[in-house]
Amino acid sequence: MEQPNFKPTAELMLRETASQTAGPYVHIGLALDVAGLPERDEEIWNRMAGEDAEGERIEVVGRVIDGNGDLVRDALLEAWQADSRGNYQAGFDLKAPFNSFGRTATTAAGDSEWVLHTIKPGSITAEDGRVMAPHITLSLFARGVNIQLQTRLYFEDEAAANDQCPVLNAIESPPRRQTLIARKESGEAGIPRYRLDIVLQGDGETVFFDY
Amino acid sequence: MTTPRRFVERDRNWHPPAYAPGYKTSIPRSPNQALVSLQNPSISELSGPDFRKLRMGPHDNDLLMNFRDEASPGLPVGERIILFGRVVDQFGKPVPHTLVEMWQANAGGRYRHGKDRYLAPLDPNFGGVGRCLTDDDGWYRFRTIKPGPYPWPNGINTWRPAHIHVSVMGPAISTRLITQMYFEGDPLIPICPIVQTLKDSEAVQTMIGRLDMARSRPMDALAWRFDLVVRGALQTYFENQ
Repeated sequence: MEQPNFKPTAELMLRETASQTAGPYVHIGLALDVAGLPERDEEIWNRMAGEDAEGERIEVVGRVIDGNGDLVRDALLEAWQADSRGNYQAGFDLKAPFNSFGRTATTAAGDSEWVLHTIKPGSITAEDGRVMAPHITLSLFARGVNIQLQTRLYFEDEAAANDQCPVLNAIESPPRRQTLIARKESGEAGIPRYRLDIVLQGDGETVFFDY
Repeated sequence: MTTPRRFVERDRNWHPPAYAPGYKTSIPRSPNQALVSLQNPSISELSGPDFRKLRMGPHDNDLLMNFRDEASPGLPVGERIILFGRVVDQFGKPVPHTLVEMWQANAGGRYRHGKDRYLAPLDPNFGGVGRCLTDDDGWYRFRTIKPGPYPWPNGINTWRPAHIHVSVMGPAISTRLITQMYFEGDPLIPICPIVQTLKDSEAVQTMIGRLDMARSRPMDALAWRFDLVVRGALQTYFENQ
């Protein structure tokens, strides 16, 4: 018999609006240039750091690959990262030298790489005092993806910090941790470039988080 | 905005699963491995962007006005509607000053996107994109044209119900949500493979906008109300430190 004062938690709260795929034409709404629409005065896009941003300027690039090994050419990614001192700059302002939030997309043509122009984030000290290695939080939306896939990008030249990172260490399988580590390349004009492919399914499948 | 310590856990049986084979594209685009749960979400998950300084244009939330045929400007063709609603969290608390974005097809079901080759024509006065911030009490509003249904290659004869894609940020990246608003009474809703990715018919109800005659404008536009609920923000009473 039910306790008279018992109510399941779900009945005490509203239910979250259900998620749906962003679909094939997500660019119309969130990446106007990619859709071929005229851009508005201010768009939220992939230049997170300007010339005056404090810290090391970097480019972050990658592809998105499906379970057949084919390129996902219609993905939209959202990035959220700390500044070079490990602080989030939440007040989005295109006049500011750095914004913690950015968007990018893979495209129908060519190599279909997404790109972020940003700075290398600093380490972040978590509530419990443990230090998280520098990382960029990424959310992936696309046709066929019913609710966004949430992951993190880490940097291969931060090996010591990565070894200690509580979030990387929460991944039970050590080989799977490697799916989050971006590899360093020499980029154009002396700007270091980090590359991370996101594999949605199968061999080398990227770790996705629930939080 | 104070940073919450935690958000109510997402009920992933309420949301659609990644693998939902009736929606064919989800088959190769769904992870095989379990999600890794972060037991102690950090500032990286509990914070998010605040768009109050994003400069919006005067017609960013008015799709009747924000795309014009330069040769012969006019109004778009179709059912004029007001789309409005409130963003609240799971405890019913309004979410003010949050970014709501939307995009949609035109009255004939055609998207203004290089990849859409459906034979229904583009409307020279319709772009299909809008954005706004919720006000102090969590309300948002758009003015637009009711989108048409359209066919898509899933089954042999599969059609999307009329829908508007709606994107909301909420207070953190943990509350980030993209959904689709469907129109109450549309008989295509129950037979849509994308709607059917949800297992719970009550969850489907959270995606259905309702006709609101009281908010309609006589001799001008019908109103549809679509409230959005994002994850509830919790303060933690007892911490380890």
